[in-house]
Amino acid sequence: MNLSFAFVDWNLVSSFILKGFYFSVQLTLVAMIGGIALGTAIALMRLSDKKWLVLPAAFYVNTLRSIPLVMVILWFFLLIPLLLGRPMGAEVSAMVTFTVFEAAYYSEIMRAGIQSVPKGQVSAGYAVGMNYSQCMRFIVLPQAFRNMLPVLLTQTIILFQDTSLVYAIGAYDLLKGFEVAGKNFNRPVEMYLLAALVYFIICFSLSMLVRQLQKKIAIIR
Amino acid sequence: MSWDWQVFFQDTGGGQTYLNWMMSAWGWTLLVSACSLVVALSVGSLMGILRTTPVKAFVWIGNAWTELFRNIPLLVQIFLWYHVIPSMFKGLQQVPDFFAVVIALGFFTSARIAEQVRAGIQALPKGQRYAGLAMGLTLPQTYRFVILPMAFRIVIPPLTSESMNIIKNSSVAFAVSISELTFFAMQAQEETSRGVEIYLAVTFLYFISAFTVNRLAAYIEKRVQVPGMVIGGAK
Repeated sequence: MNLSFAFVDWNLVSSFILKGFYFSVQLTLVAMIGGIALGTAIALMRLSDKKWLVLPAAFYVNTLRSIPLVMVILWFFLLIPLLLGRPMGAEVSAMVTFTVFEAAYYSEIMRAGIQSVPKGQVSAGYAVGMNYSQCMRFIVLPQAFRNMLPVLLTQTIILFQDTSLVYAIGAYDLLKGFEVAGKNFNRPVEMYLLAALVYFIICFSLSMLVRQLQKKIAIIR
Repeated sequence: MSWDWQVFFQDTGGGQTYLNWMMSAWGWTLLVSACSLVVALSVGSLMGILRTTPVKAFVWIGNAWTELFRNIPLLVQIFLWYHVIPSMFKGLQQVPDFFAVVIALGFFTSARIAEQVRAGIQALPKGQRYAGLAMGLTLPQTYRFVILPMAFRIVIPPLTSESMNIIKNSSVAFAVSISELTFFAMQAQEETSRGVEIYLAVTFLYFISAFTVNRLAAYIEKRVQVPGMVIGGAK
């Protein structure tokens, strides 16, 4: 068949694609910020010496990491309305799901980051009279973040790709935008190709940036 | 709310119970995963090896392959193989949906496997390669007898987690109506409204599958271990 992209104009982009693009970016940012915050807390729990903190944190991470993301999306979409007693939009449900789900992955990264800071530095912190939270805030976490920044960002690129899975609950994301446009203009094939191209350009350039950053950080350390 | 596990013995309307349907869906999940794993392992190893050869063109091909299949979401790739490719090449219109998913999932995972195989080969001391070449082995022989036997042992742990990822990622096949576990979960939830019971059962089956792969890989790792070989992450 002959491909034709002549029908693609700004009007199509602004009325179908941009709305989805904004949502995908918004979902990525919310899940990144929320996921890193929650993930750091979980990592600190896993690394504490109190068993009642370690066990629930380990359970959280191991459970979420062994369930497919699509199933987690479906679970939350089913459970949140049951618990709240009223329906919740697919978009909000997706944000909650991705924050909770990505926290499990971010927490593993942060755990490695925290462990990459030599123990002696914590002992030094205690020796000069800092307490646990001061040690973490001023010594360990800043370095953990810095060391893990490329990995955290790589995970965020994966997260951006995974946002396309909100397809399962019908939220309007970037991919959905292309799909709806393809249906309206009866050109689904071209639209899927364009979608792949757009995702590729975004993810490829971001991963190039991360690679640059990695080199920069590697030199300073 | 109350539990109603009887839902699994209800008839779906097609002469089988939901339990039957779920078991056949589990079969599809495992079949898709196994076939994709075969594709991913063979293509991924090839691309990973190409990226470590001294031939610039090979390295470029391997790198391009990895970047291409790593930077497009799996769901979009499935749509490409399902909607786009058959409409562009007339001869491919008869190919079953199953193969579209296997190719998509296989190629998607091959990019990650290529990355791990490359890392595994580069983790070996360079001297082994030189030693092989110096003894008069050709480059393919050096790979076959010196580098790869060690490199594949190194990459068993990351390949294990990729195999578990494949089982998880096979859930995306729901989007093109392959009757696997996630598709079953969505359909059965809609038909019976017993979502919690159905999702619990499906989640449990995913657990078992991933856990089995994990144990199997641990067994393989132990069986093929070279005594005294400690590389990289080992403490």
